[in-house]
Amino acid sequence: MVKKKSIWPYLLVAPAVLIILCVVFVPVVNAMIMSFQSYDLRRPKDIGFIGLANYIEAFGDGKFHAAFWGTIVWVAAGVGFQFLVGFALALLLNESFRGRGVVRAVSMVPWVTPGVLIGLMWRWIYDGNMGVLNDLLLKLHLIDEKIPFLAQDGTAFPSVIITIIWQGIPFFALMLLAALQGVSSDMYEAASIDGAVGWQKLFYITIPSIKNTIFVTGLLRIIWVANSVDVIFNMTEGRFGTMTMSVYVYQKGNALDLGYASAMALIMALMLLIVAIPYLKMNFSREE
Amino acid sequence: MEKQLTVKRFFTLYLPLAVIMLFILFPFYWTFVTSVKPEEELYGAIVTYWPSDFTFEAYRKLFTTTVDFLTAMKNSLIVAVFTTIVSLTASTLAAYAFSRYEFIGRKVLMCTFLCNNMFPTVLLLIPLYSIMRKLGLLYTHASLVLSYTTFTIPFSVWLLMGFLNDLPMSLEEAALIDGCNRGNAFIKIILPLLGPCLVATGVYIFMQSWNEYTFAMMFTNAETRTIPVALKNLIGQLGVQWDLLTAGGIITIIPVCVMFFFAQKRLVEGLTSGAVKG
Repeated sequence: MVKKKSIWPYLLVAPAVLIILCVVFVPVVNAMIMSFQSYDLRRPKDIGFIGLANYIEAFGDGKFHAAFWGTIVWVAAGVGFQFLVGFALALLLNESFRGRGVVRAVSMVPWVTPGVLIGLMWRWIYDGNMGVLNDLLLKLHLIDEKIPFLAQDGTAFPSVIITIIWQGIPFFALMLLAALQGVSSDMYEAASIDGAVGWQKLFYITIPSIKNTIFVTGLLRIIWVANSVDVIFNMTEGRFGTMTMSVYVYQKGNALDLGYASAMALIMALMLLIVAIPYLKMNFSREE
Repeated sequence: MEKQLTVKRFFTLYLPLAVIMLFILFPFYWTFVTSVKPEEELYGAIVTYWPSDFTFEAYRKLFTTTVDFLTAMKNSLIVAVFTTIVSLTASTLAAYAFSRYEFIGRKVLMCTFLCNNMFPTVLLLIPLYSIMRKLGLLYTHASLVLSYTTFTIPFSVWLLMGFLNDLPMSLEEAALIDGCNRGNAFIKIILPLLGPCLVATGVYIFMQSWNEYTFAMMFTNAETRTIPVALKNLIGQLGVQWDLLTAGGIITIIPVCVMFFFAQKRLVEGLTSGAVKG
């Protein structure tokens, strides 16, 4: 680390800082100001300061409440299962077998697939009339008549959650696999000599060794999944009990009710920041 | 004994792996099959699992009819390339400063970049929409490039810092002693070593902007719309043109898949060292 006073570091960070200042800082301040205004582009005459009215409206808005709980379920179930399946996949890919490289590379494709396409691909699979899932379930005699998976209350949310799980498996698998490869085999050998069996090695060696990666990957995924708009928007548009906060804000934004949308977006940002605090703490305690 | 081992390996490795891979790959298989089915078969009463008749009609229609997928691809390419150039340049310089210099405000700035990763897209989307509208940038490629830097720069700074922190300082110090100045040391020593990492980061940025939908939907019109928006627009009043949509989907993911396969190893190294070690 170069300690002496120099102008270079400031010049080097300047472009990035300048861009972020213009495209992040200014907009966030802008959003804060808008959140205290009636700012509906369809009614430009009414634009003006209204104090906390947008926030008060959000706390009394039944749809916002539903979106809040929807977000909790969406993130908990989505990220939870992404982790479980992703971890299982990472453990499997950590074994040696023929064709492992190919399997590993191919299993990552959902991660590079655009969210819109993911939403639409799955919408086609779930289709109530010509969907392949209905056809498969009928052929296996698991159901007697076709189910409109995305068009009724009970099934729509689980269906979109399965889709987000599918999308998130590769990222978990990729990160956890990299961490697993860093765990030294000596520990496993020592444990084997002491008579440890598979699950004991898993819980007493593997998981403690990679807990930092689990933590960071989990946190990143929580934030990404909470922010995800495209999957739900392209499958159900938030109908049939699938509303989350980001989808609701997006809809209000699309409807040009920018003041109310900004207030809700800020509430959401605050919630995510609370989730992120342990991550920030960890990063900076290591810096010391 | 050996047979017992094979059986065990089947149940603990091959079977679960096959189940997970089937789950991961089936949607792609189904997308491909849908894209090559003739229309009568696609919308017929019986669902077929392998097309009785292959046709690439949907791929042809995608480029020759009003869908104009080629323009969307061109727009996506322009936006992704410019986003990559801008973000990569700014992030590399910033990451180098964070990794090699101690300066006043370093921590605050690093924290700012890290926090940026936590911002909801929708929080920035709304004010950016109103700002772009006032600046007259709405419906231009520039509006998308600028919006995408909101998430590509913070993330790339962290990725590249991870890579840079793994490169020992002694490399440049040796060059400095040999009479190189810091700028030369950066260009002659750090950049070549960082090359593969820059490629990996670039691929990540390219992928993100190629796939982005939320901003693109609001910030583009018929002339400037990118692939994700064009795909969405295949859903019309009369239902969805699934053959065109799936064909477009296949074309969309091929380039990013190819790039990703070459970059994945480095990318994961950066993600694990950058994100975990800090």
